[in-house]
Amino acid sequence: MVGAGIVGAACAKELAEAGLRVAICEQNGYAGGGATAAGMGHLAVMDDSDAQFALTSYSQSLWRELAQELPAEAEYLACGALWVAADEEELREVERKFRFYQNRNVPAEILDSKQLAEAEPNLRAGLAGGLLLTADSVCYPPCAAGYLTKRAAATGGNIFFGKKVTEVSESGVRLEDNTFLTAGLTVIATGAAAVRLAPEIDVHPRKGHLAITDRYPGFVRHQLIELGYLKNAHSTTADSVAFNVQPRVTGQILIGSSRQFGVEDAVAEGPMLSNMLARAIEYMPAIADLSTIRVWTGFRAATPDNLPLIGARPGYRRIYLATGHEGLGISTSLATASLLADEILGRDSAIPRSPYEPSRSVAVHA
Amino acid sequence: MPENLTIEVNGCELPAKAGMSVAAALFQAGEFRFRISASGQPRAALCGMGICFECRVTIDGQANCRSCQILVRDGMVIRTS
Repeated sequence: MVGAGIVGAACAKELAEAGLRVAICEQNGYAGGGATAAGMGHLAVMDDSDAQFALTSYSQSLWRELAQELPAEAEYLACGALWVAADEEELREVERKFRFYQNRNVPAEILDSKQLAEAEPNLRAGLAGGLLLTADSVCYPPCAAGYLTKRAAATGGNIFFGKKVTEVSESGVRLEDNTFLTAGLTVIATGAAAVRLAPEIDVHPRKGHLAITDRYPGFVRHQLIELGYLKNAHSTTADSVAFNVQPRVTGQILIGSSRQFGVEDAVAEGPMLSNMLARAIEYMPAIADLSTIRVWTGFRAATPDNLPLIGARPGYRRIYLATGHEGLGISTSLATASLLADEILGRDSAIPRSPYEPSRSVAVHA
Repeated sequence: MPENLTIEVNGCELPAKAGMSVAAALFQAGEFRFRISASGQPRAALCGMGICFECRVTIDGQANCRSCQILVRDGMVIRTS
């Protein structure tokens, strides 16, 4: 397993518990140090395509099961998510989303303007309403990845931390110190960096900024996302920001979000941060009085069709891919692991695997 | 002589002088527990220059204010935890 982010860690655990001998290679000295540590950890069910729904919904059910055994530091919190509608047009989108979720037995409630204000008193007055998804949750991803890695290692697997993989071949992987590890199968799960090992895949880094505040328990109660987020998140060209905040178990508040293509420098950018925070303050004016203690950036692994690459690497017999999760890697990590293990072990899957097959991406963009 | 002010600390009115930091006023009032850390330990001002964040208190309803960086005002309401 190349990569011990949440996706690699989940895949390693799944395969190890299915009886394979798993070794994990991670360039950082610990699990979950890349995009996993940079993300919010919203365990969402998404409606932007049937395939995205199937994957997120299946994964959320797996998270709910795993939550029973997750350690406290993984900070699993079943806070629900609230999509916020600013105007009548967005309220119609709330109704469309409500029907989508209702038809698929996902618990959802429409809130009117007054109910929204009661649910989240720090939102600005006069918003049109919202859609409450009561089953959405959040977690602290690096600790969840650490737990999954520990579970994988508990079956006797080896962990190679602090060693970068420089080459993947049909017979194994080469580490930066030139050590060669022989492997029957190799899985590349290194997020946006997967293109370094598999240059032919259509995965591009999409930079994001986040900020976190000091502890203000009760200030925000649900994962909050503006409905405009979808328009922004799916624009594949322009830089964008969207109001997206999350309550942490600690009382801290994560404030997002931004999306940028074509930027490889990880530096936190003043103008992007100030646009992002201005957007947050527009929705929650009292955020302006809170103390922000840290800001950082990360890189999502974006694909042209917004779906991840899960399964055999086209043209190879013993190399598999688990990357391209964009902003949903935490959400869909457990389902990814389950589908990948099904493919490797020849098992049937709970949902169709074809929408995520890496061959579809290469074929479309060859 | 600096102007005499009155501040309220955890519901009690206390005297203070203009130009004092909130942290100084709290120490003068005999308050050595400004807040409780995440792991349950008592904390108070340490660096006195806005770096360590140990001195955070609630001032006029605003949580997590660094008391060493804010001067007392007449009628200021301060809450420690």
